[in-house]
Amino acid sequence: MAEGKVSFELVTPERLLLSQEADMVVVPGGAGDFGVLPRHAPLISTVRPGTIRLHDGGGDPAEIFVAGGFAEVTPERCTVLAEEAVPLAELDRAEVERELREAREDAADTDDERRRAAAERRAAVAEAKLAELG
Amino acid sequence: MPSLKDLRNRISSVRATQKITSAMKMVAAAKLRRAQEAAEAARPYAERMERMLGSLGGSLAGSAGAPKLLAGSGEDRVHLVVVATADRGLCGGFNGGIVRRSRELIDELEAAGKTVRILCVGRKGRDQLRRLHGTKIVDVIEGVGRRSVEFAEADEIAERVRTMFDEGGFDVCAIVYARFKSAISNEVTVQQLVPAPLPEAEEDTEAGGPSAVYIYEPDEEAILEDLLPRNVSVQVYRALLENAASEHGARMAAMDNATRNAGDMIARLTLQYNRTRQAMITKELIEIISGAEAV
Repeated sequence: MAEGKVSFELVTPERLLLSQEADMVVVPGGAGDFGVLPRHAPLISTVRPGTIRLHDGGGDPAEIFVAGGFAEVTPERCTVLAEEAVPLAELDRAEVERELREAREDAADTDDERRRAAAERRAAVAEAKLAELG
Repeated sequence: MPSLKDLRNRISSVRATQKITSAMKMVAAAKLRRAQEAAEAARPYAERMERMLGSLGGSLAGSAGAPKLLAGSGEDRVHLVVVATADRGLCGGFNGGIVRRSRELIDELEAAGKTVRILCVGRKGRDQLRRLHGTKIVDVIEGVGRRSVEFAEADEIAERVRTMFDEGGFDVCAIVYARFKSAISNEVTVQQLVPAPLPEAEEDTEAGGPSAVYIYEPDEEAILEDLLPRNVSVQVYRALLENAASEHGARMAAMDNATRNAGDMIARLTLQYNRTRQAMITKELIEIISGAEAV
């Protein structure tokens, strides 16, 4: 491992999405965003829907949207288990708005408690996407 | 003695069967490769989740505040067995193996005085369990992974399991599936889903490492609350992926065998056909010659 870098891994249930080194990673934690630099104290946190920013080499950070999950940080590495991950640049506003509308309709339509909870979660994710798009 | 025409028909029908089995073998081989890749690609997530769960659960397992998915319902009376098989047959001993292991498990549990309920994933498991254990089958889920296994499908099954657990439908849940070893072999595995089994000897492997002093944000219980249901989904997903790879592997092997057997049969029938043909020619010649001699 290069000195002064964090090795960052982004994993979804389907596959290992990203594995690279970075100067700093900013993760949207359940209790607020946190930045991970090398030699960070060991930490396990929930991740809320939001954007992971990957700073490496001074340029613009790589931005990846994640729909919630978990993060594990050790002094050398930072692992994020995401439920779903998309590069922010690939999100399409119209599509996200449609998702949000559908999720809200589903939530309003169903009587089933669990279905509604699932639909509301989808709506929350879509809202977070919109918020990230600005 | 079958006539020449009968033999010709037999040969052509076996040949048609051989074409089908060899096509199925090719399809299974192609699907196997994809299923195997998917199963391997999904491993990192499951592994890391296990690691996290290990470091979290270890510190909380004994305490009273541990979530039920980890600590169990406090009883050990009703067992839910999730039998994961394929929807389709023609894959050698694949389904049979899983069902046999499930039956053993059910018998063991019943001998120990437990109540058993069954959740079938895949039609073949239902078909084979229906006769003996029909009344215990709670539900059947079909059509899983028709193209490829999606996480959403696994999540749905896991959701079903979690709902039942929350409603007090069972105390312990295990899933029976075939772990993929290689294209020609798999291993039927019983894995406990609820309560979540903690990976043992976690502390020893990272002895003295910083793993013991994690900061938890927001706190252990809140993370576990999120992590445990997720873990059930991930375990189901992994089981389904392994199952899919095993199924295609088993089907490929079975169809390879069938193709070879069909080839042997064609050779045998062709030999018999030619013998019969020659015998007839000889017979006709004898008739002509002996007819001529008699004149």
